[in-house]
Amino acid sequence: MLRRLAVFVFVAAALSGAASAQDTTVAIKSFKFMAMDVAVAPGSTVTWVNDDEEPHTVTSETGLFASGGLDTGQKFSYRFEKPGVYKYRCSIHPQMTGTVTVK
Amino acid sequence: MADDIARRTALKCMAFGAGTVFALSGGIPVSFPLAEAASPKHAGAKPLFVQISDSHIGFNKDANPDVDGTLARVAAVINDMPAQPAFILHTGDITHLSKPDEFDRARQILKGLRTSELHTTPGEHDVIDQGRVYFDGFGKESGGKGYYSFDSGGVHFAALINVLDFQQGGLGALGADQLAWLADDLSGRAASQPVVVFAHMPLWTIYAPWGWGTSDADAAFALLKRFGSVTVLNGHIHQIVQKVEGNMTFHTARSTAYPQPVAGTADAPGPLKVPPEKLAGMLGLTSVSLRRHAAAITLADRTLA
Repeated sequence: MLRRLAVFVFVAAALSGAASAQDTTVAIKSFKFMAMDVAVAPGSTVTWVNDDEEPHTVTSETGLFASGGLDTGQKFSYRFEKPGVYKYRCSIHPQMTGTVTVK
Repeated sequence: MADDIARRTALKCMAFGAGTVFALSGGIPVSFPLAEAASPKHAGAKPLFVQISDSHIGFNKDANPDVDGTLARVAAVINDMPAQPAFILHTGDITHLSKPDEFDRARQILKGLRTSELHTTPGEHDVIDQGRVYFDGFGKESGGKGYYSFDSGGVHFAALINVLDFQQGGLGALGADQLAWLADDLSGRAASQPVVVFAHMPLWTIYAPWGWGTSDADAAFALLKRFGSVTVLNGHIHQIVQKVEGNMTFHTARSTAYPQPVAGTADAPGPLKVPPEKLAGMLGLTSVSLRRHAAAITLADRTLA
């Protein structure tokens, strides 16, 4: 039932052409944010889940959000209200980068 | 004067690992059996200090479910050394997640060392909170900055921090303030004084795709060039990699917790799970001694096996 509702909401949003808030999950696996780049509508919450044995962080380059250390299985969520391109990285392994585009 | 000249001429580096000793003389690696390491030819003077690294207290996954235990074993190995080092150097990643209780446990285990003098530089795992807990404890010596220097046994030691300000691509960085401090710290010192520089991430680029290097380290090397004996010690990569370039010896230490893959041999760096019976042979410590008459700083790596 819930899934059907979600599909309906998605279809309705697609049909109307209006962006509507949708929650998204980004997996952290093998030292990568997957997906590295996600696009969401304003008001959406993005949740990161660390699937690695190594700890990681989700740290905004502007200081807007910072997860702190996420051990295996731990999650971090942030709600993006305003349109923009939000770059972030793992502060422990800064070669790991990602962006959230809010539009 | 004669002593000065002698001290600046040769640089030797020995690494005990998996039963073999690697000696570097004039930049040329020579290996000989571990059994010979105890001979008077190689038995150096009292060890100047012992380097340990990457203890990751708080880690509890398959690669080593007992990192407290392996750090304690390393401490026991040091305590059993016939001559105790003047101090212990920890080159970072003392903890896994920068948590206060992890730092406390590390402190408790390290208190078991007969040598009580300890100098540290943090790893990126120690400063997940930008170093708040670290600088309040282990890092107090650096006055909240992370970099500091001291002298011991006639050798000058400079502790550098390269894990607070990462550059694009993930390489470590020292930053302009620290480099200015280093220039000031080294100025006026006799070029004959041996210098040991240590930081967590490798100061030379070992493997850029994994961030194993420091973007602005060349500026530090330029300051160190005039010294006759420079030893650069790092951790971070949980395995020994070394090279000699002119009067500079570069050396990374094994971890006390778990090994990592050799650069580029896996999708990503991270804990490497090995059969339990092989683990001890991949963990260890580095003992460093200064041989005044042989004019050398000597490094000796030991595993737990």
